[in-house]
Parts: sequence; C-alpha cells; structure tokens
Amino acid sequence: MTPAAQRRAPIALAAALLLCGVGLVCAAVWSGSTAHAADQDKTGEVLRYASPVEIMFSGDGKQLYVLCQGTDEVRVLDASGYAEIKRVSVGHIPRGFSLSADGARIFVANSWDDTISVIEAKTLTVTATWPVSGEPSSVVEDRKGTRLFVANRISNDIAVLNAQTGEEEKRLVAGRGASYITPSPDGLRLFVTHVYPNPTPHRMAPDSEITVVDANRAVVTDRIPLPGIAHGFHVAFSADGRLGVAAELHPKNLVPLAHLEHGGAFVDTLMVFGADVGNEPVEIPLDELERYAARPFGVAISPDKSRLFVTSSGSENVAVIDVSRLLRSIRSHPTPFAQDLSASANYVVNRIPVGNDPRGVTFTRDGRSLLVANRLDDTISVIDTHTDRVTATIPLGGPKRVSVLRHGEQTFYTARYSFQGQIGCANCHIDSTFDGLQWDLEPDGFGRDIVDNRPIEAVKDTEPFKWNGGNPNLPTECGPRTEKYFWRSENYDDLTLTDLVTYIRSLPPRPNRWHAPGEELTPAEERGRALFERAADKFGNPISEKNRCVYCHSGPKGTSQKSFDVGTKKGTDNTGLLDTPQLTNIAISSPYLHDGSAATLEQIWTVFNPEDKHGRTNDLTKDELNDLIEYLRTR
Amino acid sequence: MMKGAKKRLVGIFAAYFALSVLATAAPPNMPRYRFENFTTVDGLPDNHVYAVLVDGDRIWAGTDNGLGLYEGGKWKTYSTADGLAHRAVLSLALDKRTGDVWAGTMGGLSRISGGRIDTYTQLNSGLSNDVVYGVSVEGENVWVATAAGACRLDLHSGQWSLYNERNTPMSEIWVYNVTATATKVYYAVWGSGILEFDQKTKVWDKYDDPDGETEMVLFKDQGLIHEITTSVSYVDNVLWAATYFGDSRYDGRYWHNFLTKDSGLPSNFTNVVKGLDAKRAWFGTDKGLAYFDGTNWAVYRPSLTTGKPEMTVRDAQGNVTPVTVATAPAHNYILNIDFQGNDIWVATAKGLSHGVFQR
Repeated sequence: MTPAAQRRAPIALAAALLLCGVGLVCAAVWSGSTAHAADQDKTGEVLRYASPVEIMFSGDGKQLYVLCQGTDEVRVLDASGYAEIKRVSVGHIPRGFSLSADGARIFVANSWDDTISVIEAKTLTVTATWPVSGEPSSVVEDRKGTRLFVANRISNDIAVLNAQTGEEEKRLVAGRGASYITPSPDGLRLFVTHVYPNPTPHRMAPDSEITVVDANRAVVTDRIPLPGIAHGFHVAFSADGRLGVAAELHPKNLVPLAHLEHGGAFVDTLMVFGADVGNEPVEIPLDELERYAARPFGVAISPDKSRLFVTSSGSENVAVIDVSRLLRSIRSHPTPFAQDLSASANYVVNRIPVGNDPRGVTFTRDGRSLLVANRLDDTISVIDTHTDRVTATIPLGGPKRVSVLRHGEQTFYTARYSFQGQIGCANCHIDSTFDGLQWDLEPDGFGRDIVDNRPIEAVKDTEPFKWNGGNPNLPTECGPRTEKYFWRSENYDDLTLTDLVTYIRSLPPRPNRWHAPGEELTPAEERGRALFERAADKFGNPISEKNRCVYCHSGPKGTSQKSFDVGTKKGTDNTGLLDTPQLTNIAISSPYLHDGSAATLEQIWTVFNPEDKHGRTNDLTKDELNDLIEYLRTR
Repeated sequence: MMKGAKKRLVGIFAAYFALSVLATAAPPNMPRYRFENFTTVDGLPDNHVYAVLVDGDRIWAGTDNGLGLYEGGKWKTYSTADGLAHRAVLSLALDKRTGDVWAGTMGGLSRISGGRIDTYTQLNSGLSNDVVYGVSVEGENVWVATAAGACRLDLHSGQWSLYNERNTPMSEIWVYNVTATATKVYYAVWGSGILEFDQKTKVWDKYDDPDGETEMVLFKDQGLIHEITTSVSYVDNVLWAATYFGDSRYDGRYWHNFLTKDSGLPSNFTNVVKGLDAKRAWFGTDKGLAYFDGTNWAVYRPSLTTGKPEMTVRDAQGNVTPVTVATAPAHNYILNIDFQGNDIWVATAKGLSHGVFQR
C-alpha cells in the first residue's frame, strides 16, 4: 500500500461506515467545534491552509499583499519574485482589504470577529483594531483619508467610520448581504454589491442592487437595480470610469431545478453599466454550453480597456472578454439576452484554467500580468495578459497535503461534478451559508413543493434533512439526492462524498450578533425565553406539550429532529408534515417556514399561525410577540 | 406762565396722539411671505397634504394619495406600487445623518433610502400599529407614534421597543405625534396629554391638563392646556404643545397657555406646532397659519369671509393690524409646517404652500 493509500484507508473505512448509516459516529471523530479546530484530521495534525481570497499591490508596487482567510493573515510578498516577506496576523476570517488613500495603511475587514485591522504599510504591523459589527466584509477609505466605509454582510449596511480614530459615525442602508465595495476611478462614488438577494414577494424573481454612495457626503445617492440577480460579487471599472462591471449570479429558482440539463439552474453573468453602455445597465451571460462560468467572483479591466477578466470560482478558470466585441454585442442586442447560451462566444475569447476556487484578482502595475488568488489551492496564478497563459503559479506555503476537510471543501465549491459543470454546492450555499431563495427542487410538477433553502452552519446533529425529513443523514442528502436531482451527473466516488459530508458537518455557526456566549439575556430576551418555554397561556390554560415552542425546537440547536404539522401546508405542498428546522442564527436567514412564505419572523405568527398550530401564540400581545422574537434572535 | 404750560400740554398731547397714530400705522415688524401654492395641477400627488418635509433643495409632501418629491422644479410620486406602505402618508421625518426619509402612513412605516422603499408593518415587524401618525429620527433610533401606542426602532440592532399603557404612564394609546431629541423624546397622546422620555435616565414622565379631561380652563398657565394633544415640538429646552383646545409652552418650570381669547392664535383647534427656538413658534390651525415671535403674533391665511389673501399682526397690547398682502397659504386648514432657510413650507387640506420670505 502506498503512503497515500495508507492515509486513505481509514477514510475509506469511514466512508463505508457512513454509507451504512452510522455516519454520526464517524463524523464525530473528525469534526471539530470551531473553524480551525475542524481542520484537524485523523492524524491529529492541525492543518491550517492559507486560503487566499484577495490580493493587491502596495502603493509603490513593490509588495504584494495576500489576504489569507484560513490563517487570519495578510501575507506580504516581494512583488518582483513573490518571495514571502512577512505574515501579519489580523482578525478572524478576514474577507476584504484595501489600501488607504495615501498607501500608508492597509485596512482589513475581519468578518467573524467584527473588527477592522489597521496595518501600517511601512512597518507591516497592526497599529489598531477597530470594532464594527454585522460581519464586516469589505473596507474602503475615501480619497481624503477622512472616512472609512465598511460593508457589513449581516447587518446589511455600510458603516461609516472616522478613518483616523475608527469611531463609527453612522450606518447607511445597503442591500441584503452587503459585501464588496469598489470606488469609482475618481473616488467620488462607492459601489457596493451584495451576496444575498433583497426581499421580494413570495415566488417572485429575486433582485439585488448596487448601492451607490457619495463618498464626500457619505450618503446613499442611488441604487442600481439588478433584476433577477440574487448574488453580487466584485465590481471593476475601466480607468476612464466609463465602463463598470459587476460579477453576479442569476438563479432560475422559479422553475424546477430538476431540469438542469435543459438550460441550467443559474446564469452566470456580468452587469455592465456606465457611459459606454448607456443609461440602463445590461446583463450579459458568461456561460456557453459545456463551458459554464460557475460563480463569477473577481473582475478586472485592463488599463487600456481592451480586455476584461473574470474569475469563476466554481469553474476554476478566468474568462477573458474582448471589451470592444462585448460592447458591439450589447449594441446589437436591444433586448435582454442574459440567458442566451450562444451569446458569450461573441465576446469571451478565452477561458484560462487556474487553481481551485479562484477569487480575487489584480493587475501588475504594467498591466502585463493578472494575478489570481486560488483560495482552495493556496496559490496565486500569474496570467500573461497578452498570451492568456498562466506563466507561473506561486505557492503560498502551508500544508502540502490535502486533508479530508480540505478535499471536502474543494468538493463543496467546485462545479465539476454537475452536468456540464454548471453548479456546485456553493451556488446555493453562498460561502457555506444559505442563499435566501426558495427553490422548486423535485420533479413533481411546476410550482409544487416549493422549499426555502435552509442554512447549513452548525448542521451537524440536525438530521434528518430536507423539509419533509426524507433524508436520514448527510451522505444521503449530499450523495444520491444531490447527484440525482441537482447534478444530473455521475456519482461522487465514496471518498469524495465522505470528505464532502465531513466538511459540511464541520461547519461551525458564525457568531451570534445579538448574544455573545456567556452574556446575560436582556429583560426583553428573558421575557421572550419565558414565552418560548411556557406551559400555560396567558389565561392560565395549559398548552399541550407538542404546542410549546420548546418541545419541537428543543436541544442546543433548537430542533427535536422530528417532523410536525404546524398548519403551514399549502395547496401545492405534498405534505404538511415538516422537519423541525434548527434555530441557529435564525435571525439572519429570512425568509421563514418551509416554503419561505414568511418574510420575517413576525409573519410566522402574525400571518401563518391562525389556529395556533405553530405554537400557542394568538394570546400574545404585540409587545410579547416582540419579546419572543428578541429571544429567538439570541439563538 | 399759564399760557406756556398750556402750550406744553397741548404739545405733549399732540405728540402722544401722533405716536399713537404712528403706533397704529406701524404694527410690529413680522415676517412677510410670498406664497406659491402647489396642487395636483402642478404635479402634487393629491391636494390633501398631511405632512411636509424639507431636505435641502428637496421637498417631500405626504399626501392622501402618495408621497410627493419636489426636486428640480418637478414632482415625482411614490406610491404603493413603489413599495410605499399605504397611499395616505400622514407623517415624515428625515434622518439627517443618512438622508433617509421615514414616512408614517395609514398602513405602516416606510423608509425611503436612495430611491428604495422598505416597509414595516404590524404584521411583518415589531411596529405596534399600522396607522402611523408621527415619526421622528434621533441618532440610531426611529421613534414612532401610532394608533395603538408608541414604539422605537433601534436601527443598529433592529430591535423594536413598544411603549403603551403597560409600561408607561400612557392612559390612552392613540398617539398622535412625536418629537425626538438627544435629551428628550415627547409624545403627543390624543386624550392622554404629553409623554416625556428622558434619554439619559430612561424614565418616562407625563404632563396632563390640571383641569382634567374637560374643556374648561380653570387653571390657566398651570400646566398643559388640554389632554387632546396633537403636536409637540422641543427646541432649546422648551416644549411647545398643540391641542384641539389651545396651545402651551413649557420651559421646564413654567407653563404658558395660548388661547384665541388672549393671544393671536387664530383658533384653539391646532393641528401642528413647530418651535423655532425658546421664544418663537409657528402654529397650524383650522383657521390659518400663525407665527409667534415671543411677543407679537402674525396670521397668514385666505380670509375667512372673502377668501382673499390676508395677513394680520397682533401686538402685545392686543392691537390687530391688517397687512396688505397678495398671497396666502393654499387653505386655512393647516396640517404641517417645515422650514427651508427663511422660507416656510405649509401642508394644507387643499394644497402645499411655499412661503418665500420677503422681509
């Protein structure tokens, strides 16, 4: 047996066990309780991968900064030979960074500990750590160096901080899942994109927006609508500011997903806007039959505006677009053509394979090379922008071996297993979370059994899966079900499925923003908890055990793992007997109920519980219901 | 000697007479306006204007049939099709930090931010009731007056706090108006006087009519003039309060009541009061628009008898002097007031008026 095979042997055994239905035992051995502890494989070795997500050059172009999400660092490389100079530790799960206007400081948005790290570029030391909240995901300073703008993914806003002290001045209302901020070339406006869709009426197409902020006044002046778009990522501008592009994901969640082979579940697109395209933004497809651009993420326009580069994190490549051909194509299409799979051949001139889960991109100063951060390979691909070839792949160092969890994560993010490489798990579980959408998954007729996409954080020990509880464990959920209904493709091999399941079971909950561990509940939350646990209504009548909140939503994750009929069955549903969803971070995963028909937590009880089947709640006053919701937000 | 004294006396009388005439001819110098009136003919969504809000060069008008925005000489209307909670917009407030506008409607509370409208209702949020009579923004908090109690939305945490008869001294829950400042928050509660929230101590207090729930004024200047309060304004540590039976000013120690019978108030039936500072305030009544400069009063309206533009000035002695004017607010029934520099914007039952300051 080879060393590799020896390492794989216990994994194979575990896979077999999992598939035999004892996955709980096996996964319990592997999975950790935190993101980093989870990176401990069976050997006991802690494997922390760099997982680079963003890259940028220093102000003088002599250094390359790499934001490493897996090791909570900014790694600093020499820009000429890419040798490592220093590793600067920052906060937990950094997601975005940028240079100050004068290039003297690097700002890092640490998404899981809600802080901004300020690094002095000269000394490469952290000089300040400023608190923000709401999962900061991107940070940009204005050109005057007076204000810092921070996009917060969970609080759906843009915090405005004093750029010298970090003191928060105010918050601007963004869209849902505010995540990436890009300044216009003149610095006067900031463009903010969002990874989750804005709320829309039930069973209506999703939409998102690009929130436009006046950087001088620090107010929202415009919102560029992104109809049909659920998830937006990076924006790039041409140097003259006349052309803007946003990478985005356009789901087809209103039609049955079972028809992946008939045109796909998503369209991978760019929204093109600015003076070069006229008054209205134009959505353009990146996909082509058998050559999909799954999950476009990073974008860059060459300094001479001749070419546009887009990373596709699921397809593991970089699409190269000829800008003049693109503009010609837009002008020749007076009607929307985002779903035309033949269109991209007119302007996508190359698709360059790079590493696993390519994310952020940046040009070298001369524009001759494009650098791509390959998150799940710990490498940076260097692309010659004239030949469209990868001329170098820079390793960032770290574990050489691909652990079970790492392989599982790679499997989660890649689109290679689905029919024609169209989608991956991460298409619907954005950054291993949720997507805020409702899907028509089963091949049971148009519009039947609509299901809301549940979050997968802390999903371990919440089986069964599916809203009807039909899948007893993750190997079933992620294996045959996914392969049959989603991928429409060949099965995972056993090891791959095992690794995928192990990764999913390892996902920790993100920090609860309403209640820190060990913190006392507020009076309102305490009152809400009493309502959650009460055994009698306000009139003194006993509430039957099964009609108490705490009965079904029991245990540390708020699920009894049993199915109940809570009176929410619609005429289009095949069953009203529904699995009890976990309550972990319930506040951020709207909409609610099995079909997403409750836009807010309040609506679960104000609209969808007329007969008190979903807990006895109709005796509550409005302020008591508010208390109950305050408590739920702490879960 | 006698002759000289007589002459001096005549002179004194003559001077007194002349001064009296002059005094009559020259009333106190009160601000004058040229009123430009907007109606549906000009693009206003509806002539019944409940609320007006000045946001720099932009004017928002909450009407019975949509939210109007006057910008660059043109009106744009936001309707329920755009996401507005209800067609009838009863109240407006500006978040000066962010530029967001909050609109209280007959069907919920809407936020207009960068052109996007988000709506909060009693069904989809912690809002206490969908009939939102008043809204005011202070810092991170939106304070709301509804037909079923008061509430506050913490914009940072998203938490709703409800205030009603269970946790405040509010004896009625029909809350008509709110004004929030960094130190105090005041609610005008229809039938329950004024509720005060101290931002520092987090303690509620209540101001009632010392005469009880009657329309008699037995104890003038001893407290709030009446329980049926409609509007509150807090500026320079002075509370101005409007009721349907007269108005009041409270400086934290002394109350002063204003009634038509002993002030220049054109009607006791007052829909709105807006204090400019500790001394000066504007009043919107069912019989015209009134300004009080701390001593004198001015009333601006279409004449109650002829309908022609009318301005009168009342001095401290109670002398009322008509002033010739060519324009007046669109209607006597004044519902709301806001200021744009020296100009004034007035929401009336039959149009929106822009009072362009003349002198």
